[in-house]
Amino acid sequence: MTTLSERILDACAGEYVDRQVDRAFAHDGTGVLALEAFREMGRRVPAFPERISIFFDHLAPANNSQTATLQDELRDFAIKCGLHFSDVGEGICHQLMSEGRALPGEIVVGADSHSCTAGAFGAFATGVGATDMAAIWAGGGTWFRVPETTAIHLEGSLTGAAEAKDLALTYVGRLGMDGATYRALEFTGEGAAAIAMEGRLTLTNMAIEAGAKTGLFYADDITRRYLAEYGHDVAMQVPRDPDYAQELAINLDDVVPVLSVPHRVDTVAEVSDYEGTPLDQVFVGTCTNGRYSDIERFAALVRGKKVKTRTIVVPASRDVLLRAAGTGVLTNLVEAGCIVGPPGCGPCLGMHMGVLGEGEVALSTANRNFRNRMGVGAEYYLGSVATAAASALAGEIRAPEVP
Amino acid sequence: MEGTGHAVCLGPDIDTDLIIAGRYLRTRDRSVWSEHVLEDLDPALAPRLRGAVIIAGRNMGCGSSREQAPVALREAGVLAVIAPSFARIFFRNAINVGLPVIECDGVPCSPGEPVAFSLDGGWVEAGGVRYPARPLSVRMQEILDAGGLVNYWRAKK
Repeated sequence: MTTLSERILDACAGEYVDRQVDRAFAHDGTGVLALEAFREMGRRVPAFPERISIFFDHLAPANNSQTATLQDELRDFAIKCGLHFSDVGEGICHQLMSEGRALPGEIVVGADSHSCTAGAFGAFATGVGATDMAAIWAGGGTWFRVPETTAIHLEGSLTGAAEAKDLALTYVGRLGMDGATYRALEFTGEGAAAIAMEGRLTLTNMAIEAGAKTGLFYADDITRRYLAEYGHDVAMQVPRDPDYAQELAINLDDVVPVLSVPHRVDTVAEVSDYEGTPLDQVFVGTCTNGRYSDIERFAALVRGKKVKTRTIVVPASRDVLLRAAGTGVLTNLVEAGCIVGPPGCGPCLGMHMGVLGEGEVALSTANRNFRNRMGVGAEYYLGSVATAAASALAGEIRAPEVP
Repeated sequence: MEGTGHAVCLGPDIDTDLIIAGRYLRTRDRSVWSEHVLEDLDPALAPRLRGAVIIAGRNMGCGSSREQAPVALREAGVLAVIAPSFARIFFRNAINVGLPVIECDGVPCSPGEPVAFSLDGGWVEAGGVRYPARPLSVRMQEILDAGGLVNYWRAKK
């Protein structure tokens, strides 16, 4: 029977289809090029402005005049054309899409590779480049090759200090960086049903790191309750005995705190193997782990103590920051010696504040540790929020304590 | 579409950060991208890309959706990129900006030696041996024939 991707795209794996998209978005990084391509196509106003969002998150606020000028042109276009526009300081595109802007069964396309994140809601959500986005602005749709699906069956439940991020790194390590290329991932089983929405978003966010086109959860009661907070009443999705191209089973009881070791996301090792590695910086945030529960968990672990290395915390959205301000979490972070940055991508992609220097070593809650990405000549490890907290307090890589 | 160029060999899992680093993306000036293309892999590589056919390992172009990556390769003079597999966003982007990408298994790479390709014929030739290439979808072929997605849409207008 059909996979969730096949149901949403209404065609069989391997077929090429043209589909209108329900939501399309770009950010300040890709939007500038998309606008250029759109104008070169001879277009002036997008076909369906109400479906399009522009989020300023990559260089937010602008790092120099050149960036500011490019952003201003895109801002002007977004406002004049009546697009949904989210300026600097509002947060990361994927976080804002997950705050009630992506719904089960929708086709969501973003000009960013981590657009697969919204698959956590049971949407077919995938990333494209700038010119593909320009064509979507022009006509409202694009072509897709309906993907085959790799199922990730989850049994049991996470125990000890392990969190969804450890599971994400574990499955990427098991599949490899191209283990799911051209495919979709579906997270299924009792273990998947028990994972909270924020953890699901962490898991689908990293689907691209295994090469996948998207990663999906079936919309269930957790999805319904989460989206109800944003005023949406959505239907559940039930698996219909799907035909999978590949199946991977993970028992959540076996998942332990792990790291992605420089410089490959799929080089995954237990945190305990790297304990004692001195750190120059810890970074908590991004579309993988910058949500309120992440920031709150981190703050709870460092509260009343002092971090021993440069520690940058970047909330994924204004809403996350506002909640952190309201609950005292922000105070905990600042008192513990952390630097709190404006909502956005932060140093993740090495374009903006918080980048690393030659020979520096860092631990980050992000999703990519490609060579030189977050700083030329630097090394960085990817880990969970709890691992980041234990390591920030130690000034070196440290496995989190079992709570 | 066909051509012949000198081989430039790259390994597997070449990510788009490596093709063009984030620090060069704060501009629309394409010459900046072509000047710094693949710099973090080999700073001396960019000038050798004019008239080159890149033979890469699997998962070519993984990572970020940045379209500057295939644009940088095209602007630097790369004629085509051949690999056993590509990351899908890079693959789409390359076709969209008019850079031929060819999925083909087992092509040996000898740096500087001639490599020929024919998209119409569906083959790559290296070291006197022809290797069958996997065909593009009809739509991708149309976009590439138009010279990229911008031209495709202009013609469609």
